Amino acid sequence: MSGELVVDEGFPTEEETQGLLLKVTDLKTSFATPRGRVRAVDGVSLELGRGETLGIVGESGSGKTVLSRSIMGLLPRRTTTQSGSIVFDGTEIVGAEDKTLRTLWGAKIAMVFQDPMTSLNPVVRIERQITESLRLHTSMDKAEAKATAISLLGQVGIPSPTERVRNYPHQLSGGMRQRVTIAIALACSPRLLLADEPTTGLDVTVQAQILDLLSSLQQERHMAVILVTHDLGVVATRTDKIAVMYAGRIVETTTTRRLFADMAMPYTKALLNSTPRISDPSHTRLTAIDGRPPDLINPPPGCAFAPRCESATDQCRTEAPPLRPAPSDPTHLFACWNPLPGGTAGRVTTLEESP
Amino acid sequence: MSDIAATVASAAPEAADDDGIVKKKKVGVFFWIFTGWVALVVLASILAPLLGLQDPNNANFDAINQGPTTAHLLGTDDLGRDILSRVIYGARVSLIVGFGAMSIGMIFGGTLGMVAAYRRGAVDSFVSAVSYVMLAFPALVAVIAIVAFWGHDIWKITIIVGIASIPLVYRVVRAATLSYATREFVTAAKSQGATDIRILTRELLPNVLPAIISFFLIGVASVIILEGALAFLGLSVQPPTASWGNMISESRTYLSQNPWLALFPSLAMFLFLIALNLIGDSLRQVLDVQDSKL
Repeated sequence: MSGELVVDEGFPTEEETQGLLLKVTDLKTSFATPRGRVRAVDGVSLELGRGETLGIVGESGSGKTVLSRSIMGLLPRRTTTQSGSIVFDGTEIVGAEDKTLRTLWGAKIAMVFQDPMTSLNPVVRIERQITESLRLHTSMDKAEAKATAISLLGQVGIPSPTERVRNYPHQLSGGMRQRVTIAIALACSPRLLLADEPTTGLDVTVQAQILDLLSSLQQERHMAVILVTHDLGVVATRTDKIAVMYAGRIVETTTTRRLFADMAMPYTKALLNSTPRISDPSHTRLTAIDGRPPDLINPPPGCAFAPRCESATDQCRTEAPPLRPAPSDPTHLFACWNPLPGGTAGRVTTLEESP
Repeated sequence: MSDIAATVASAAPEAADDDGIVKKKKVGVFFWIFTGWVALVVLASILAPLLGLQDPNNANFDAINQGPTTAHLLGTDDLGRDILSRVIYGARVSLIVGFGAMSIGMIFGGTLGMVAAYRRGAVDSFVSAVSYVMLAFPALVAVIAIVAFWGHDIWKITIIVGIASIPLVYRVVRAATLSYATREFVTAAKSQGATDIRILTRELLPNVLPAIISFFLIGVASVIILEGALAFLGLSVQPPTASWGNMISESRTYLSQNPWLALFPSLAMFLFLIALNLIGDSLRQVLDVQDSKL
């Protein structure tokens, strides 16, 4: 068995690689809780072309996971309220029935979950966990599906895949398990892969391997990827565009190159500064962002980041800044009254070293 | 059962020996002895007509209340009927009621429990409320009342006891499913396009199966005791049909003259129940490996 995929019916043709794949317009997702309504995603708009990679960055509780699950349409119906629109490959996701979504799930849009310890079924063999969706979405028979599963395991870098398909998840290491979840997600060659903190549960050395694997698979298959993470270092070298989220909103978005060359939001800068770097001398104190993310049930008036921002003014505390284009580049959007002076590159030069 | 056997074999707890080589831990010799005993009882009762036994209902007044002899290995009762034959035929009643009633309980209670735990919401609230109401009735009294009105037919008893076991099975299966239904792998399966039925049968069922199997066996044991209690009260299958409960009940009168009469059906029941309980327990330990791992 070579490392090549047995099925190629899922690969997009030349004309299919053009144009928008995903368009999110003013998406609002909120949950009913005993304390009140949590506005986890509060007016997010974004666009993703075919084969593009978007990084969504933000700290815990910024709404990035809810955003990615909203795009999947995977949130619990009973407690979730949604408005706005998510159009994926011509299909509206907001308010769609499970029946409609099931034709997309796995086949056109797939997800790699944060923790491979919990996202694999402990009592089901790897083989069946991969072949499940192949049997569901393609016309493959059992033997073909098994051959594809073995080939997929080989592609995600699992040694002796023929033996490994017979294993249960507990017989694999953490990194191997995450490779398996990637193989499961890729089984039907989706157009869009959502990776929600795919490396958080893993060892640092394995993190880089998994991220590189995702990038190379993405280029091979011309698949769009949304990489959700709290670590700017992770998205720096592996994405085309970045959206920085805070308190359920996108506060800055532009191309990866421009973001690191000329970031406008103090929050983006603060996130970057709180990333540890190998070039720092040992025992260097990490720069933390003081305070906590705001309460999403009663968000403060004005800019949500103002209470923690060094350059906040009275205007920031009373008036919410709109997401507007930078004067120098209309594709660079940010929501800040007092953007950082131009050319603020932070410590970009050392970014390549982080995983 | 071949699936389960494969799981037992591949998921058996592992213990490393001094060389660091992992060896599969065996389920233990008692497990196989008890499994052998259960298999023997089940086979004997199914094949009873082929075993060349004496007619269990054939009275022989020349040989009443005998102890074990070569002609009657376990002796005879007050009507001279062969006890070995009656114990084996009596096992049929206990097994049909035990396995039949628990199967009814599993099919309905188990399905409801899994669906309620997976769907939650109104379905769960309603079924759970009904199950609490049913559990609030003392089962034995309810069963006695219904049997007294409806009849003592073995199938009727099976159905009634089966219905009485539904809420119990429901609670156990619901609780077992609940702890898995919110795990990430369920969401992951959904994100791959799996339907609800697929998630229930292929993702959740393998996880709750160990708990279900051991509860099933322990449930069968409880139902056999319940049948014995009904028989003792004269509310199970009617004489002359033998059942373990019937035989124990009838032996009371002759306890001082012929203690063998009470001993053999009691012993058969006791050994069968203890075997079921221990098998259920061993299976649960062996199949639950992934929780105890590391």
